[in-house]
Amino acid sequence: MIEASGVSWRYGANPVIDGVDVTARPGRVLGLIGPNGSGKTTLLRLLYAALRSPTGRVTVDGDELSALTPREAARRMAVVVQETGAETALTVAEMVLLGRGPHLSTFQRTRRTDHEIAARCLARVGATHLGARAFAGLSGGERQRVLIARALAQEATHLLLDEPTNHLDIRYQHEILRLVRGLGTCAVVVLHDLNLAARYCDDLVLLGRGGVVAAGPVGRVLDPAVLEPVYGIGIRRLDIEGDLHLLFHPIPAEGEAAA
Amino acid sequence: MIGVSTLGSALPASQDHDVLGVGAQRRRTVSWLLALTVGLAMTGVFAVGTGAIAISPLTVARILGHQLFGVGEVSWTPPQEAIVWQVRLPRVLLGMLVGAGLATCGVALQAMVRNVLADPYLLGINSGASSGAAAAILFGAGAGFGQYALSTSAFVGALAASLLVFLIARSGGRVTSIRLLLAGVAVGYALYAATSFLIFASGSAEGSRSVMFWLLGSLGLARWDALLAVAAVVIGGTICYLTVTGRRLDVLAVGDETAHTLGVSPDRYRMRLLVVVSLCVGVLVSAAGSIGFVGLVVPHLARRIVGAPHVRVVPAAALLGAILLVWADVIARVLLAPQEIPIGIITSLLGAPFLLILIRRLHAANA
Repeated sequence: MIEASGVSWRYGANPVIDGVDVTARPGRVLGLIGPNGSGKTTLLRLLYAALRSPTGRVTVDGDELSALTPREAARRMAVVVQETGAETALTVAEMVLLGRGPHLSTFQRTRRTDHEIAARCLARVGATHLGARAFAGLSGGERQRVLIARALAQEATHLLLDEPTNHLDIRYQHEILRLVRGLGTCAVVVLHDLNLAARYCDDLVLLGRGGVVAAGPVGRVLDPAVLEPVYGIGIRRLDIEGDLHLLFHPIPAEGEAAA
Repeated sequence: MIGVSTLGSALPASQDHDVLGVGAQRRRTVSWLLALTVGLAMTGVFAVGTGAIAISPLTVARILGHQLFGVGEVSWTPPQEAIVWQVRLPRVLLGMLVGAGLATCGVALQAMVRNVLADPYLLGINSGASSGAAAAILFGAGAGFGQYALSTSAFVGALAASLLVFLIARSGGRVTSIRLLLAGVAVGYALYAATSFLIFASGSAEGSRSVMFWLLGSLGLARWDALLAVAAVVIGGTICYLTVTGRRLDVLAVGDETAHTLGVSPDRYRMRLLVVVSLCVGVLVSAAGSIGFVGLVVPHLARRIVGAPHVRVVPAAALLGAILLVWADVIARVLLAPQEIPIGIITSLLGAPFLLILIRRLHAANA
């Protein structure tokens, strides 16, 4: 469980996140949604202490995050960030093995169990065949899957992902999120696509200017009346056989409608 | 295809036990390191035997065996022994140390600033050392240190430059790679100007010539003295530190955010690296001047033969750097014998085309 209470962040004089509370519950997938610039990534970075909030606190399973060493934190939280490290000369297998680092002491080499875990994680994202390839030579989608394999190799109890479906084609968008859901760990996912959020998240936090506009179970947050003012687009919601789908249509500007 | 089973289950156990090919890669690395060590030893024996007075490798080996382990009958002349033991061996050893140090510091800096064109002189440390050396040669700075006046003055200059870079890069509490890069370049240019000013102000043609010679690098100062011992300790320590923390170098080379999420504090580690690398570069520039291209080219060569993980790259680069620099020194000594060419000219002549070839290959591989 990750709990943030009253966290804030500002870039210069601009508060991006201002006194926000978020709770990611065990075994559930929490989605962070909101338009561009609403602070989704900033909030996620506060949750894994890449940014240290000057106010409030973040706890992981009840322990203050700022009191954990970086290694301890990395054993509890695996994070898939947007930074891909595309210039690295490492192979895919070596990249995934880096995920075992938090479990090894400085003098320890990777053990056979580490290699087996890394191989298993590569298999789980359908990338076993890429193992010997240079990471830098992969396509965007392949890279993303390898980074997710690395996060899985950390065997952490929490998984945080910053727009994991970026660069992925439609099949892998669904496969990756289905995988995250199937893990049964506490996950926090920044998502742009609201229909993906509807399908794969349990809870959502909708961010608007400066803070949380709505938070709660998916069905409650994905309400056109809530979403339309935040995104500035017309939304129709269809509930088909228990699944929730959103359709979008531009709202004509005033004056345009009359023409 | 992605399964939905929980992590840690259900993958057919691989038949061979070397999943991911890590074992094979390790064996390959060990073979390479052994081969390079043998190559280094042979290079050393050959280099000690080469010069104005040629001494056969067998005789060199016998003299070394006699001096080190007290074995074998004396079948050589006293002058031969003096040349091998007093003149050439310290020089070859210093060459090995400097080459190894330059190459490993190059590896560390390329990871630190995530730029394949980074080299040990990026931090402006050599410019500081040059200013110190110029002050010693032209104005007799550090004369109180006797035979160590030049190296001491150069080291003080190097230390001042790295402190300056460190303070500028650290302003704002974090050492980011871009700030490090900018601070190094700025300090480097300023001190380069200071050296030129010193040369100009002294008005001594002979002095300018010896400064120039020193700037281009030379192993001529090598003898059995405290400087060689300090160089051995500092460079050896640096190689060990970088090898042991190789995994942290790997994650730092991927990115700061990645390092953070994998349990490595990028700022703290970069700061430590900066201290270690500055000290090492300071010592080796004080001992041998600024020898270019070794720290830039050798890391690429090492990555080509053992792959990217730094646990393997650092020792491979150290051995390669040592071999390369000793050969460059041999060429510098014999090409225009009896005149000696500054070794930096040789390393640049060899290094520049080499780098171009590497870049071409790199592009071909990524295309």
